[in-house]
Amino acid sequence: MEKMPKWADVVLIPLISLLLAAILSALVILAIGENPVEAVNLMVTGALGSTYGWGYTLYYATNFMFTGLAVAVAFHARLFNIGGEGQAMLGGLGVAMICLYIPWPHWSIALLAACAGAMLFGAAWAAIPAYLQAKRGSHIVITTIMFNFIAAAFLNYMLVNVMRPQGSQDPATARFPEAVHLPTFQSMFSTAENVVFRGAPVNISFFVAILACVVVWALIWRTRLGYEIRAYGHSETGAVYAGISPVRITIIAMLISGALAGLMAINNVMGEAERLVLNATEGAGFIGIAVALMGRSHPFGVFLAALLFGFLYQGGAELALWTSIPRELIVVIQALVILFTGALDNMVRMPLEKLFLSLRKGAE
Amino acid sequence: MTLMKSLMGATAAVALTAGAALADPALIFDLGGKFDKSFNEAAHNGASRWAEETGGSYNEIEIQSEAQREQALRRFAESGSNPIITMGFGMADPLSAVAADYPDTKFVAVDVNWLDIPNIRQIGFAEHEGSYLVGMMAAMASESGTVGFIGGMDIPLIRHFGCGYAQGAKAVNPDINVVANMTGTTPAAWNDPVKGSELTKAQISQGADVIYAAAGGTGVGVLQTAADEGILSIGVDSNQNHLHPGKVLTSMLKRVDVAVYDAMSAGEDLETGVFQMGLAEDGVGVAMDDNNAPLVSDEMKGAVDKARQDIIDGNVSVVSYYENDSCPALQF
Repeated sequence: MEKMPKWADVVLIPLISLLLAAILSALVILAIGENPVEAVNLMVTGALGSTYGWGYTLYYATNFMFTGLAVAVAFHARLFNIGGEGQAMLGGLGVAMICLYIPWPHWSIALLAACAGAMLFGAAWAAIPAYLQAKRGSHIVITTIMFNFIAAAFLNYMLVNVMRPQGSQDPATARFPEAVHLPTFQSMFSTAENVVFRGAPVNISFFVAILACVVVWALIWRTRLGYEIRAYGHSETGAVYAGISPVRITIIAMLISGALAGLMAINNVMGEAERLVLNATEGAGFIGIAVALMGRSHPFGVFLAALLFGFLYQGGAELALWTSIPRELIVVIQALVILFTGALDNMVRMPLEKLFLSLRKGAE
Repeated sequence: MTLMKSLMGATAAVALTAGAALADPALIFDLGGKFDKSFNEAAHNGASRWAEETGGSYNEIEIQSEAQREQALRRFAESGSNPIITMGFGMADPLSAVAADYPDTKFVAVDVNWLDIPNIRQIGFAEHEGSYLVGMMAAMASESGTVGFIGGMDIPLIRHFGCGYAQGAKAVNPDINVVANMTGTTPAAWNDPVKGSELTKAQISQGADVIYAAAGGTGVGVLQTAADEGILSIGVDSNQNHLHPGKVLTSMLKRVDVAVYDAMSAGEDLETGVFQMGLAEDGVGVAMDDNNAPLVSDEMKGAVDKARQDIIDGNVSVVSYYENDSCPALQF
């Protein structure tokens, strides 16, 4: 018998956690002498009050959906992939190579190729830690996080020494040709008299991200491979007894995870910057961990959590623009949400479980 | 959300932004943040000096992500901020996408000098010339015949600093050994004093007795360790001689603060175009004050003054790393 109803697990606990984070944040804002009500108001109107705000919120959310799904898939096999950052960086390299060195006639074909390139590069970057975990028992947490640094150094080398246009001071590739620019929401949804999503970077990759959510859901819960991944994640000995190879599942789960993280590059590199810059991923790989934790590793949960973090990012940007709240504090607010929804989950869960148990006893 | 609500939200946002600024200048810091003890902090100092002296106010943002570069530009431009001052070469690309949409707004781009857009004041600094002069001083002060260079993140700009430094050192002593290290390959390299300290110790063990740090906040660790170990160091961007009086040989000044102060003072009447801030314009230079006076011999001073004049007159030319992405005096 379940300890508490499903709706409480999925809706009530995150909401209470969020509320706690919000209260603490408000206290912090009060402590530095700013008005928390105004700050929240600014964040909400800035992130959700206009198509422009939504444009940024959804842009960030797209990044977090990809990295969140990446972490979620690995979680199902009880693998902790902290290397989303590096895998997304390498995905960016794949996208940049495909966009720069091959003349594409139309963005749609380029997008397909870029998706393939991003997934290939991201998966390749996850393959080595996966192999080391499966065959040599090197802990995946250590190797993936180390590979983030190697990815940063490799990308730095490529951008500074190889792909940087001659004489340019900026360590970045040249701009991608016009033909591979992805359609933004502005160009897709604006009419002549009503321009929406003006200047916002959200683009067609958002739909790719939603598609990825659906595909991951189908993979995990509707295929034999997904069943094997989940079985392996629940009990390794049980899985081995059932004839599931731990080596195979570890490697496949990590390849899928790396491919999803790499896929983020079609949003930030191809869709937004339209060139590859050094700092392209800017922590989305790590945010993905929080997103997956908060979303309970379910694609729909990841979708919602990614939206929340997109809101926090865009709302935080608006706070930085129009108040004197320092950006360190904005990071604190974002961190509080991660802390309460991800790390301190049991703090809310256990009292709630007790509450529901006693309620049930009272009813019986 | 209903349509009505989002409309009201939009109006509220417009009202907010309109109230926030009318022709105030705006300042966009680079990813390092305004208290990086270096480049961005110099801009912050220039802006606060302007605000103190004139009683004016300005908008500012420390961007946190690449996507915010264009966002901040557009938001400030739409709110009527003028001029909008941006820090760092990373703003060049967003500026070239945004500036043309706001022809009545003037933009200032510090560390950018290659765009062809009429409403931008582009300010490039000749860091290699200033670094050349401190390189000369390093070579003259060195007794071991080995001098060090510690850069922040390995990007062309920092190689540009190191290249000028090595040329200056070799101009004094062609046999000198220049040891160069970069702190890292991620933005964390700008603020890692511990690693700066480790690199300093490593360079000391290779014989270096003067070390030039062009590494933002990381340089604080370099200067500290150099002072602790009894060797000389050279600061960068701001005058850092006072951090360890008598231990810091000099500082390579890059007057970002003056550039920002001047731009804010000029306000909307700002002159646009490309401005090259070299030795002649006092955009770069060496810091001489009471703190380093005992370290600087008359001979050193004379040599630096002469070289400065020679560079201004064109008798000596310092090769820029950007010319062909390589340095004649130093391998990276």
